[in-house]
Amino acid sequence: MSKRIDVGDLNVYYGSFLAVEGVSMAIEARSVTAFIGPSGCGKSTFIRTLNRMHEVIPGARVEGKVMLDGEDLYGANVDPVTVRRQVGMVFQRPNPFPTMSIRDNVLAGMKLNSNRLRKSEADDIVERSLKGANLWNEVKDRLDKPGSGLSGGQQQRLCIARAIAVQPEVLLMDEPCSALDPISTLAIEDLIGELKQNYTIVIVTHNMQQAARVSDRTAFFNIAGTGKPGKLIEMDDTTKIFTNPSVKATEDYVSGRFG
Amino acid sequence: MSVATKPPATPAAPSSLAHNQLPRYTTQVVLVLSIAAGAGLSALFGGFSPVSFAVLSVLVFGVVNTTLAGIVEGRRKAVDKLVTTFVYTAFGIALVPLISVIWSVLDNGAERFSIDFLTTSMRNVTGLNDQQALEGAAPFIGGAYHAILGTFLITGLATIISVPIGLLTSIYLVEYGRGRLARSITFFVDVMTGIPSIVAGLFAAALFAVLFGVGTRNGFAGAVALSVLMIPVVVRSSEEMLRIVPNELREAAYALGVPKWRTIVRVVVPTAISGIASGVTLAIARVVGETAPLIVTAGFTSSINSDPFSDWMMSLPAYVYSQAMRPLSGSSPEPSFDRAWAAALTLILIVMLLNLVARLIARLFAPKTGR
Repeated sequence: MSKRIDVGDLNVYYGSFLAVEGVSMAIEARSVTAFIGPSGCGKSTFIRTLNRMHEVIPGARVEGKVMLDGEDLYGANVDPVTVRRQVGMVFQRPNPFPTMSIRDNVLAGMKLNSNRLRKSEADDIVERSLKGANLWNEVKDRLDKPGSGLSGGQQQRLCIARAIAVQPEVLLMDEPCSALDPISTLAIEDLIGELKQNYTIVIVTHNMQQAARVSDRTAFFNIAGTGKPGKLIEMDDTTKIFTNPSVKATEDYVSGRFG
Repeated sequence: MSVATKPPATPAAPSSLAHNQLPRYTTQVVLVLSIAAGAGLSALFGGFSPVSFAVLSVLVFGVVNTTLAGIVEGRRKAVDKLVTTFVYTAFGIALVPLISVIWSVLDNGAERFSIDFLTTSMRNVTGLNDQQALEGAAPFIGGAYHAILGTFLITGLATIISVPIGLLTSIYLVEYGRGRLARSITFFVDVMTGIPSIVAGLFAAALFAVLFGVGTRNGFAGAVALSVLMIPVVVRSSEEMLRIVPNELREAAYALGVPKWRTIVRVVVPTAISGIASGVTLAIARVVGETAPLIVTAGFTSSINSDPFSDWMMSLPAYVYSQAMRPLSGSSPEPSFDRAWAAALTLILIVMLLNLVARLIARLFAPKTGR
């Protein structure tokens, strides 16, 4: 499991509006890559292009290349559904399926695709995924209760369990902690540290301490002004970005002088 | 370390936050007194009548309660009481026709409403039977079984036609529809919601006249007419329900590699199913009492017809209409009128039952939130 991603000169458009311009980067396998930057600079837009989730938004399109272990995500005849089975995603707000129990939520990736599972197999997946998301001990006695009855932090970990149940190569996280309290945030940061043993993780965050704590490499995005496209300013090892960045704007941002 | 906080000294001067207040029970007392005064005034001016009693009571209550509040509590409270009186009065007036309809239907319909009424048809019942029954020489006979059966068959068929079309249309509008086509569908659905029901009936009658010959009337034609009325209601209510399904759920499913159609079938529709089901039930309740389109498409009959694809078929509204407008016996129409009222009562009971079913469905299918 886990594959690397190489992005080559990627432009993202909403209709005719250029939202993100000229991004090239390499995301290493089995590592955590953090995207930081001020609001509206295109971090979330960009992360969505890594599993073609931006196509859900009408009018959104990309130019450029995204290679998953050398295979172009935007090549001819590539089905976005197949892409998303390899590149999972966790969203800003926890979004468990309200009609399903905790167990069914974890199995949603298989059940919604009508993959037949033997009960023992399904039990294994549920236990492995929930343990992987550090949620097993809290919910093992109430797997048949609705997922929406959990607390916000538990719901978010349930969503992570759901995402890793289908064993993706890459896990994208779009501000996974911004709706959570510090204790739940800590739980999820610990979890990210464990998950990187097996997965390639990309995380968007507004919390610079979080980026410093969890990530191996950090990419700083910025925007010149309203209506201008967002750009990748700098990408480097996290320690370097936070101690000795090579671009002035990065230093200003991470030291809190703006943004 | 403990910090002792001294309780604030009780202010000697009255608080600037406090105002004069009437005792809590003032409104109730004024209400009782105004009802008494209203009764008295009504009796004084040209004899007691319920209408003048109600109007005078409300007037007295509004004036006294507002003035009292104005004198003691100030302008803001007075306006509050005045507007509260208006709101309650409007609510009461809105209830009057509703209660009056239910009461008169119950009162008049209970006379003939019985198991016998629900299980017999009008076949071979004539004006002579009614006259004999009035003279006490024979029991009252004749019921609405054929009409109830017809109503269930026709409405059931209409539901079978409308729900798939309506639900799929709303799914198209919410999940796929973009641009001009979706906008024009929405526009025409809105127009169709306002179609007079007789037009729907004439459309179905004309359609069947073209397809199967002029004068073709059967239950199925009635069902087609009703679905013309029902489809826009189903589209509208399901569309609203599908739109309030959070986009995040769709994205969650897409991110798991679930194709769009499976997302719709397995996530979006189940999340909205309680609202859709109760919307459908209310749409059924809306068309079950339609009269005009059934008269021109399904016709009248006094016999039981359980085949909606051939011969005329009675329905409850048409039964009420025919019993009320064309009594069996011209000289003694009361038994027919009683039958009409009893059929109206049956119809109201069916609508009420449908509403209860809608609530039950909404509760049963609602997403669970328990811990």
